[in-house]
Amino acid sequence: MRHIISILIENESGALSRVSGLFSARGYNIESLTVAPTEDPTLSRMTLVTRGNDEIIEQITKQLNKLIDVVKLIDLAEAVHLERELMLVKIKTTQESREEVKSMVEIFRGKIIDVTPNSYVVEMTGQSSKLDAFVQSFAEGSIIEVVRSGPTGISRGEKGLHL
Amino acid sequence: MELSGGQILVQCLKDEGVEFVFGYPGGSVLHIYDAIFHQDDVKHILVRHEQGATHSADAYARATGKPGVVLVTSGPGATNAVTGIATAYMDSIPMVILSGQVPSPVIGSDAFQEVDTVGITRPCVKHNFLVKDVNQLAETIKKAFYVASTGRPGPVLVDIPKDITDPNIKVPYHYPKKVSMRSYNPVVVGHKGQIKKAVEMLLAARRPIIYSGGGVILGEASRELTELTRLLGYPITNTLMGLGGYPATDKQFVGMLGMHGTYEANMAMHESDVILAVGARFDDRVTGKLDEFCPYAKIIHIDIDPASISKTVRVDIPIVGDVKPVLELMIELIKDNKHIQPKPVLDAWWELINSWRDVKCLEYDRNSPLIKPQYVVEQLYQVTRGDAYITSDVGQHQMYAAQFYPFDKPRRWINSGGLGTMGFGLPAAIGVKLAFPDADVACITGEASIQMCIQELSTALQFNAPVKIVNLNNRYMGMVRQWQEFSYQSRYSQSYMDTIPDFVKLAEAYGHVGILVEKPEDVRGALEEAFKLKDRTVFLDFITDRTENVYPMIEAGKGHHDMKLRVAPGAPADRELS
Ligand SMILES: Cc1cc2nc3c(=O)[nH]c(=O)nc-3n(C[C@H](O)[C@H](O)[C@H](O)COP(=O)(O)OP(=O)(O)OC[C@H]3O[C@@H](n4cnc5c(N)ncnc54)[C@H](O)[C@@H]3O)c2cc1C
Ligand SMILES: Cc1ncc(C[n+]2csc(CCOP(=O)(O)OP(=O)(O)O)c2C)c(N)n1
Ligand SMILES: [Mg+2]
Repeated sequence: MRHIISILIENESGALSRVSGLFSARGYNIESLTVAPTEDPTLSRMTLVTRGNDEIIEQITKQLNKLIDVVKLIDLAEAVHLERELMLVKIKTTQESREEVKSMVEIFRGKIIDVTPNSYVVEMTGQSSKLDAFVQSFAEGSIIEVVRSGPTGISRGEKGLHL
Repeated sequence: MELSGGQILVQCLKDEGVEFVFGYPGGSVLHIYDAIFHQDDVKHILVRHEQGATHSADAYARATGKPGVVLVTSGPGATNAVTGIATAYMDSIPMVILSGQVPSPVIGSDAFQEVDTVGITRPCVKHNFLVKDVNQLAETIKKAFYVASTGRPGPVLVDIPKDITDPNIKVPYHYPKKVSMRSYNPVVVGHKGQIKKAVEMLLAARRPIIYSGGGVILGEASRELTELTRLLGYPITNTLMGLGGYPATDKQFVGMLGMHGTYEANMAMHESDVILAVGARFDDRVTGKLDEFCPYAKIIHIDIDPASISKTVRVDIPIVGDVKPVLELMIELIKDNKHIQPKPVLDAWWELINSWRDVKCLEYDRNSPLIKPQYVVEQLYQVTRGDAYITSDVGQHQMYAAQFYPFDKPRRWINSGGLGTMGFGLPAAIGVKLAFPDADVACITGEASIQMCIQELSTALQFNAPVKIVNLNNRYMGMVRQWQEFSYQSRYSQSYMDTIPDFVKLAEAYGHVGILVEKPEDVRGALEEAFKLKDRTVFLDFITDRTENVYPMIEAGKGHHDMKLRVAPGAPADRELS
């Protein structure tokens, strides 16, 4: 099963390599990993998407907790949560296709943030599946480049992951 | 008080109560060595190879319970230390390694003797630090000792760029008495409800067994374990790392379990209905084939590290906590409980166990004209009255030591279990001897292993650490040869060396005493002579039966009940009891 693990970790150099090193050393898979400092600059927040059966996920969370730099973590898959991913897509355009692309962007609630005679750059956030759907709705060859942040997530309700 | 980084480091070690630093100098640590020169509270033990430093410090920690301390230079000094760091890591040994690094401004430029020590060691340390500011040096050192010695212990490395120890930069010194880290909370108190449930399950068991490991030694809980075991009257087995956690000469002890464990210990595990696992981590050398592991048992597991629980074998009652207070509470609950299993039920279990004991799985040919390695270990036990510190290397000799030297006390048996590092034994013996100068310390080794850190004979002389080396010289990498005999139709590929040194001369060249022993009848006398030479290191070279194998053996992919036993004298072929 797919799990999305949210980690508060000391914002130290090398913290990221401790996490990624753990995954490669123990043969766990990482689908995506995002990381950025939090409002408290001494802490970073990491969001990690992985897959595995219950035993593997249990080991992953235990091993992550064991890292000295990890302050706290939660497996978001265990609770009701929200997930968003940011995507930037560069799309080939022609005089004729522009309108069609524009309407697709509207349907998917994206934004066009760069325009040249032959291309658009579209910004879009949403669940990963929505981003997949957007990309798939274009004919092969019309997409020049796709950049995705990987999902980040937060739990619903008033509780949060902090110290 | 204003001190330079080098002085701070040495002062920290003093304030931490460190007796010995095992190390080797080099460019990036010269400032530190200069600070060492100006004092003599902290004794520096100059090894002959950085691997030796790590094993000596590691064994010092295993014998005393206090963290061992290592100091090495950048680059090759640090890489030479890696094997020893990994060895300590695998066995959860508290150790602090101080490594020099190239000056901060040139880090990352492939400077002379630069390696990414923090990166290289990251997967084999509990934690590591790179010091970026001399003002943080003292606190970082405190954190290193704190992390290394609390919770599940382990090695912690502090990488120190040369500019941090610059004698011209002095800063105020303060060594914190205590540190806390928001991301690290090592104190775990076992869950009371779980402990109660565990006690109920234990008391209702009909075929119970206690399986204890290195966690009992690390957690200083052998007294509690012994009390609990005697209170219950249950059989107990130890892992290789747990030997000495329960007195091995006691009648409730059924021997080591696992690959080279006793028939009775493995059979009792296999047939048990309740297992109390205490500070043991269900290593693959212990479990054998996982699908066949203890098919009838419910398992209770006490461990301070949640990641050890249900890692390879799913357990029924996990108890995350420090072993000592958990056992104390169990003892209390059992004393209050009236539902101890009626005697006849346990008697039937013991009867079964005794029938397995009757197989006498450790028996060997005592009439052989050749020296049997087991015989040497038995004689060593007698000559030292079972009261020596025994270190070992890795191979058959290690297993003979574990099987034939019953340890009644914790911290007496010092070996590399998890990593299985050949070369560990001699530097380990030196570390132990320095900690306990009045104790008998022997290193049981093989002619291949001893050559991996033989240079430390020189350290033993310089620092007056007279140890006894018991070389079970079978002219083979016996353990490798045994596997080749069993699994590769005796194709002894590269498990043999044509040129084994004359160990007696070698010992003499290093300033020690060497004794060659070739006949069984000379074994006892040679050992006695060696131990009489209290202040000399003695290298005893026992020429042993080169065909001897370690039995019992659970071969790869087999279950506990599927042990290979020694061919009974006169029997046509190997018996496989099941
Ligand atoms: C050639 C060779 C052959 C071997 N054959 C065998 C064999 O036949 N049988 C065998 O048993 N081993 C054998 N080994 C050793 C084996 O590889 C493992 O090292 C060993 O089995 C592990 O022992 P352990 O389970 O006690 O764990 P250890 O490695 O000692 O781990 C200790 C456990 O206790 C926990 N712990 C630490 N402190 C505390 C505390 N305060 N409170 C609670 N828990 C704590 C830790 O978290 C950890 O889970 C062999 C090794 C070699 C090299
Ligand atoms: C550093 C290292 N290299 C290789 C091995 C693999 N290995 C395990 S036992 C062994 C042979 C040991 O031979 P010896 O020291 O003579 O002991 P014996 O088994 O003969 O008693 C080897 C090569 C190891 N454990 N450690
Ligand atoms: Mg040998």
